[in-house]
Amino acid sequence: MTLLAVRGLCKTFGGVVAARDVSFEVALGELLALIGPNGAGKTTTFNMVGGQLAPDAGAVVLHSQEITDLAPREKFRRGIGRTFQIAQTFLSMTVAENVQMALISCAGETRAMASDARRLHREEALEILAPVGMAHAADRPCSTLAYGDVKRVELAIALASRPKLLLMDEPTAGMAPRERAALMELAASIARERRIGVLFTEHDMSAVFAHADRILVLVRGEIVAAGSPDEVRANPRVKEVYLGETGVAAAERARRAPP
Amino acid sequence: MDLSFLVVQFLSGLASASSLFIISSGLTIVFGVTRIVNFAHGSLYMLGAYFAATLIPRLLDLSYGAPSFWAGVILSALAVGVLGVVMEVLLLRRIYRAPELFQLLATFGVVLVVQDVVLQAFGPQDILGPRAPGLRAPVEIMGRRFPSYELVLIAAGPVVLGLLWLLLHKTRFGVLVRAATQDREMVGALGVNQALLFTGTLFLGAFLAGLGGALQIPKAPATARMDLDIIAETFVVTVIGGMGSIPGAFLASLLIGQLQAFGILIFPKITLVLVFLLMALVLVVRPYGLLGRPEAPAGAHAAAFGTPLRPWSSTEKGIALVVLAALLALPLLGDVYLIKVATEILIFGLFAFSLHFLIGTGGLVSFGHAAYFGLGAYGAALALKHFGVPMELALPLAPIAAALGATLFGFFIVRLSGIYLAMLTLAAAQILYAVAFQWVEVTGGDNGLVGVWPAPWASTRLVYYYFTLAFAAAAVLGLRHVIYAPFGYTLRAARDSELRADAVGIDVRRHRWLAFILAGAVAGLAGGLYVFLKGSIDPSALSIPVSVDALTMLLLGGLQTVMGPLVGAAVLHSLKDQIMPLTELWRMMLGLSIIAMVLLFPKGLVGAFEAARERFAGGGR
Repeated sequence: MTLLAVRGLCKTFGGVVAARDVSFEVALGELLALIGPNGAGKTTTFNMVGGQLAPDAGAVVLHSQEITDLAPREKFRRGIGRTFQIAQTFLSMTVAENVQMALISCAGETRAMASDARRLHREEALEILAPVGMAHAADRPCSTLAYGDVKRVELAIALASRPKLLLMDEPTAGMAPRERAALMELAASIARERRIGVLFTEHDMSAVFAHADRILVLVRGEIVAAGSPDEVRANPRVKEVYLGETGVAAAERARRAPP
Repeated sequence: MDLSFLVVQFLSGLASASSLFIISSGLTIVFGVTRIVNFAHGSLYMLGAYFAATLIPRLLDLSYGAPSFWAGVILSALAVGVLGVVMEVLLLRRIYRAPELFQLLATFGVVLVVQDVVLQAFGPQDILGPRAPGLRAPVEIMGRRFPSYELVLIAAGPVVLGLLWLLLHKTRFGVLVRAATQDREMVGALGVNQALLFTGTLFLGAFLAGLGGALQIPKAPATARMDLDIIAETFVVTVIGGMGSIPGAFLASLLIGQLQAFGILIFPKITLVLVFLLMALVLVVRPYGLLGRPEAPAGAHAAAFGTPLRPWSSTEKGIALVVLAALLALPLLGDVYLIKVATEILIFGLFAFSLHFLIGTGGLVSFGHAAYFGLGAYGAALALKHFGVPMELALPLAPIAAALGATLFGFFIVRLSGIYLAMLTLAAAQILYAVAFQWVEVTGGDNGLVGVWPAPWASTRLVYYYFTLAFAAAAVLGLRHVIYAPFGYTLRAARDSELRADAVGIDVRRHRWLAFILAGAVAGLAGGLYVFLKGSIDPSALSIPVSVDALTMLLLGGLQTVMGPLVGAAVLHSLKDQIMPLTELWRMMLGLSIIAMVLLFPKGLVGAFEAARERFAGGGR
């Protein structure tokens, strides 16, 4: 069943086309990866789906409801959770308070002035922190965590509202290799278990090819290929414009050149 | 109203636009390169006027003629430019990376110092400047007389704009200034000598401020109040035009010049209100000004709490109880004067606490919190004086009046962030100040309202002290409770990360607006308590120094602590009470103390504490 349908998104910045007629769908429980070279328009597309950026044209449809021009906070209420390329958490709060804050917002209690915020939804917050492996650090200040743990907390915040769609912009950026694999593994298993649709961008190809159900390749704002990991891996155009662009290929050619 | 009148009005609007542009261009250039809003820009303008008013007559004595006059103008501006360099080297250079709040406070420290220096050097009297030789006689325009000097001023604005364009586009220095305005980090990465660039920029900015002041001299005398009068207008121009944009400043100056010239025909008393409306309109449509660019999100926040909030430990609860007991027992000492000072401290502590809620919890650095203190005070006083409402009803009107004002101004203010927000809060306060000053029939103008005494049962110092203590303690504890409540957490969430707050469904703007109203109401309560203590109120309650006093209290008490502002209020007010009667240089001392605090704790007291702890830990290893 289609969860998210993106139709013909366009965005230009001055003369630069960041997204041209981008269309795709995400099904419940499906992991869709958005890959492409730097400046391909991945984050732009992402921010248009998340509501941080208004598209010039096109539509974003969640559960057959158009949500194109809603603000991020309204999209959150419709069931979209997201993480950012540079993790965004509330650094002046503890780990548990970060999740409690999201729960307070879900419950519509942000204007309450009488109750004690530290006691609200604490049990539920701990339950949400357990699967990401941060329950033991619930009372640590978020500002004292290692970056990998901050990313886990951010994932917990994004999951707090029990979203139907999870947007993850480079979930493993800035992390150590071993942590990367673990975090991707964790996000993927939670998504499959809870039937959450996931749209993510990623530069770590092992993470992409290990976990994505389908992959979209974006180059200069346009989708140049889409399909299963095997199809994309075998696609000559993708090799040419993205995978083949890496320095490895260039080095290969250089070595084969006659002395 | 015939055509010739409109033409003359239009021309005088152009003349004031020119002056405004020359001054504002300096502020906007300095901001563009250094990202510092130089509060002392108005002081540099004032110095330019004083220099010119004293120097030019001497030059004219030596040789009377236009060359002497214009040489005097340029020399005065150059002298101010040199002072700008001194200021950059001694102060600004050390605070480029400090949070905006500290930059504004430090440069305001300079304002205070310059005020006392001017008073000492030039005396308290206004100094009338000479007329410009050759431009003394008015010219006739469509049958009306128009000062010929104003025609020169009209030309001066475009001339300065043209020269600045040449400087910025045809010289290496200018290219660097433009490059740094776009991307300061990149200019540094390219190996440009930043120290030299910044010093040069300050020279240029100060020169323009001095030039504006010197050119003003044939029109108006040099007075000790012109620094703060001009700074609010200059802020408005740069905010409307877009920070860092010279053409924007030009455009905004033209708009404001005309608005004032014609607004005075429609609403003679409240032209400043029109200016505010224009600014509000522009900011709603274009939050970064007419020709400005969105700012990159500011890095350092003055109040960035490193640590989560904790409930009071048993020790802290004990301290709070002891303090409360001490306050209750204080009248036992039997010293009436002490009771009065203690009442004042309670009121200012409450005021500072409400500002701290806004800055510390909400992350909204307000530079015009006195507006709501004053609104409360005037609200209660007006109810009592004009409608004969008794104190018991007038006092509750104080927070209501302030909350209404905060609702109106806050609607616009929370659309902005960082330095724009600070400048808009200041402009809002200055506008209320001007209204209180000019609307004599209602507010009593400069003299204010007198005879605002409490009800007979509360009229003794002792009863009023307990009365104030009850309100202040209840309000402080109530507001503290809000900080720990979901609303306070939501504000901190938005302060920590707007992106994240938005992504978890928080309407950041709406919550900040509510915070602004709440903080305004509490400040208004403090104002209401103040007016019944003093028995009178005048516009100075709304002035910038009152806002800055509150900020200084926060700085003293430590921005990172919840109860710090109360300590800061006690310390600053006691110092003021003890030292002010002993010296004529109180403002200079206060200014130097603010500067010293900012320089010693550029990252706030927490930063200083942590740095000390790290050094200690490093030494132990």
